[in-house]
Amino acid sequence: CATGINMQAAHWLAPRMTRQCGNDFQEELVIRPLHSGDIYASFQFRTVWETDFMRGNKVSHYRLFPKSLGQVISKFSVRELHISFTQGYWRTMQWGQPFQPSPPGAELWVWFQDSVTDVDGTWKELTNVLSGIFCASLNFIDSTNTVQPSASFKPLGIGNETDHRFLRYATLPREIVCTENLTPWKKLLPCGSKAGLAVLLKSEKLFHSSFHSQAVHIRPVCQDWQCKTTSWELRQTLNVVFDLHNSAQGKREWSLFKMFSRTLTEACPLASSSKIYIDITDNPQGEQFEVSPATPLLSQAVVLGDRRTFSVYDLTQQITFGTVRSLNLLIRWKSSEGDMLRPLLHAERYVAGYGLQTGEIHTLMYNNHPYRSFPVLLLDSVPWYLRLYIHTLTVTSKGKDNKPSYIHYQPSKDRLRPHLLEMLVQLPPNSVTEVTVQFERALLKWTEYTPDPNHGFYVGSSVISSLVPSIVAMDTNSTRERPLFSSFFPCKEESSYFVRVYTEPLLVNLPTPDFSMPYNVICLTCTVVAVGYGSLYNLLTRSFQIEEPSPGLAKRIANIIRKMRGVPPL
Amino acid sequence: IYLFTYFFFLLLYIAFMLFIVFDNAGQFFSSGHTNNWAVLVCTSRFWFNYRHVANTLSVYRSVKRLGIPDSHIVLMLADDMACNHRNPKPATVFSHKNMELNVYGDDVEVDYRGYEVTVENFLRVLTGRLPPSTPRSKRLLSDDRSNILIYLTGHGGNGFLKFQDSEEISNVELADAFEQMWQKRRYNELLFIIDTCQGASMYERFYSPNLMALASSQVGEDSLSHQPDLAIGVHLMDRYTFYLLEFLEDIHPASKTNMNDLFKVCPKSQCVSTPGHRTDLFLRDPGSVLITDFFGSVRKVEITMETINLTDPINPVNGELQIRKYSYVDQLPVSEIIHQKPKQKDWHPPDGFILGLWTLILLVFFKLYGMKHLKHIF
Repeated sequence: CATGINMQAAHWLAPRMTRQCGNDFQEELVIRPLHSGDIYASFQFRTVWETDFMRGNKVSHYRLFPKSLGQVISKFSVRELHISFTQGYWRTMQWGQPFQPSPPGAELWVWFQDSVTDVDGTWKELTNVLSGIFCASLNFIDSTNTVQPSASFKPLGIGNETDHRFLRYATLPREIVCTENLTPWKKLLPCGSKAGLAVLLKSEKLFHSSFHSQAVHIRPVCQDWQCKTTSWELRQTLNVVFDLHNSAQGKREWSLFKMFSRTLTEACPLASSSKIYIDITDNPQGEQFEVSPATPLLSQAVVLGDRRTFSVYDLTQQITFGTVRSLNLLIRWKSSEGDMLRPLLHAERYVAGYGLQTGEIHTLMYNNHPYRSFPVLLLDSVPWYLRLYIHTLTVTSKGKDNKPSYIHYQPSKDRLRPHLLEMLVQLPPNSVTEVTVQFERALLKWTEYTPDPNHGFYVGSSVISSLVPSIVAMDTNSTRERPLFSSFFPCKEESSYFVRVYTEPLLVNLPTPDFSMPYNVICLTCTVVAVGYGSLYNLLTRSFQIEEPSPGLAKRIANIIRKMRGVPPL
Repeated sequence: IYLFTYFFFLLLYIAFMLFIVFDNAGQFFSSGHTNNWAVLVCTSRFWFNYRHVANTLSVYRSVKRLGIPDSHIVLMLADDMACNHRNPKPATVFSHKNMELNVYGDDVEVDYRGYEVTVENFLRVLTGRLPPSTPRSKRLLSDDRSNILIYLTGHGGNGFLKFQDSEEISNVELADAFEQMWQKRRYNELLFIIDTCQGASMYERFYSPNLMALASSQVGEDSLSHQPDLAIGVHLMDRYTFYLLEFLEDIHPASKTNMNDLFKVCPKSQCVSTPGHRTDLFLRDPGSVLITDFFGSVRKVEITMETINLTDPINPVNGELQIRKYSYVDQLPVSEIIHQKPKQKDWHPPDGFILGLWTLILLVFFKLYGMKHLKHIF
């Protein structure tokens, strides 16, 4: 491999790192202003490595691909790995669809290779190792929250067989995301957080937002258009939505400095491409907002079923940084009209009912297309302590019963595995489909409660996967050079695009005992036993004797005198 | 005479050089440790115990600043304060009011967090008896030449420390854990600092050698918190750790301050409680123990001028070229899913089998015994 590239050289003199030794790194940042005044920023970092972790040969020389993940892939025979950490809930109706959807908390789903014999054991070890890498409590993933979906979560990478025995999916809705998860995530990048777009990732600003999600996706991809050999792709994505009132003090004026408290000075020297895209589709003549510094580069991409136009800033060109050697993009609003394209698929979920014994889970799926209907696959994984009554499952659309064309239900086993419900439902056009199921809450053993049981127990988000009809023709050629954010989900047909929507997680209260009761019971019982037993013992064993009262002092002296005289006492 | 004076000065010079050499060598071997570890535990949950997390993070910050790397620090925080929804400044934990010092920082790695901070996990970390799949960052991989710093903070009482409002660790358990560590030679010297109410009761029962302990208050006294911040709404730090942090901010990796200065941190006038310490189990004199022996990781570096030849990287063997063409999998193959037959785990007899079986039995019965019994059935 070529070594000795001097990275300290002046940036306009240094040779741009093209595909060397099969390693390639690209970074991009997409900024999309939202109609509610918030702004959505999505970082994508992609490392592609032409190597083969399988086939038994030891890989010992790592360059851009992080060694910790490479060792995980080869040791646990992983075919695909997707892990995401999210804080906040993505509001589809106000913000549209995200580029990479993710549920609140932590989510991990893995496809193993065919050569793995004990998938469950490997899964357990993998979660422990990942909890060390990402500083998260992923070791709480065990058989009680792992499911094996039978139709959802098909592999996103290339492959020919899809035997669902090698798929495992788990979520931890309670998982907190903070700087300690961002720190190891940043260390996986080739440039770390020292150069390129990653310098913008400052935790104080990133976590002061409405939505923050960071994810790592590893999958095999085609090396070239012939697709005879594979290479490994590592994508690190970070999606963040900044709130108008928290971060911008209510003024509709966004800049890189306001969002991230940093400006850009250079691209990552190890990157073959480093770009910033700003979505100006709603602003064709510049009447809504203006972007400065202006750029002549424009790009069009079909993403999420819509053709969007972007202003492109290429950070590998020195001219982007101008004379001040730093780039601070400014987006200033002039008028606030216009409405957003309504997302075609949207879902909600809530718990109905009262009391601490029974309840009902309602999942609502909205199809906002005026005349097309499309199928959705709903995946529900409910913990064992909510006992679902599947005979009460109803699916209704527009008031009428809607029979799903495929149902897969795996009942739970107490303390062993959760419920798994997968259904393929056809959503009629312009309608709301409601899925309801009743449940009963279980009483846990007193050692199974968390230290703060009155907070409640979380039920993970439902996953709705669907092929939504697209307004514009999607690009099915997977090898053409496209921006990273539009090439996440593979596209097989032109008329629809794949989308995954996550509902809210639920927070249910289980009947919680009063944990001071053992102490109270012991005290009370001991008191009662002591008092009761003591009284009973006294009653049974106490004997009464007649005792004369002791005589007064005068009488005692008189008795002494009489004893001396030899006369009987008084 | 000339020769004599010359000899005399030569002898003096040699003696002087030997003295310096031996003094340096003495320093080299006097501490006897080659690596440093730190186990920093915050045992309290809930937002109003913000100060305990701030305590632990300020010691973490000092320890990192003085040289102990993240791989040698086991940090256990029982609750998340920085990204708590009640925190008006997310991703920050402050130790001084008016938000002067952010002890959380930008580069923090928490090894055990949330519900993982339990008495069992703490004792397993100390004694090293962890399940085999535990990652390295969650293990205390110390050996017999390690100096370990253990810092505990939270709510405590006479003889116990409360973990997460649901369980407690007693001083006897702690002393036994340290004895296990000694038996397995998992430490060279150990410094134990505890900042809780009645903290001195936790080190009363120690009996293993080479342990030094500090506590923020004596038995019967409460450790008090330092100052609230009106913007955040809670008390930010405990007094003892606040003055300990102030003391440690003056220490740099090459400083020669010793333990006697550490014992003087936070006298009764500042702390209201009386800090205590215990050194009878420690073999060296506390005056000769440097602060950086426990809080820092001053590594002894040997510089060499030799060249070392590295082996060539293993070249991947190119297997035979696969002729088959790969492609992406269909994300939602509707027809395939509908016709997918779910695997049946248990075998059930085909439908109607039981009915047919009963019909057969009845037929055989009536064949044998005649039809006249039929009217008894219906």
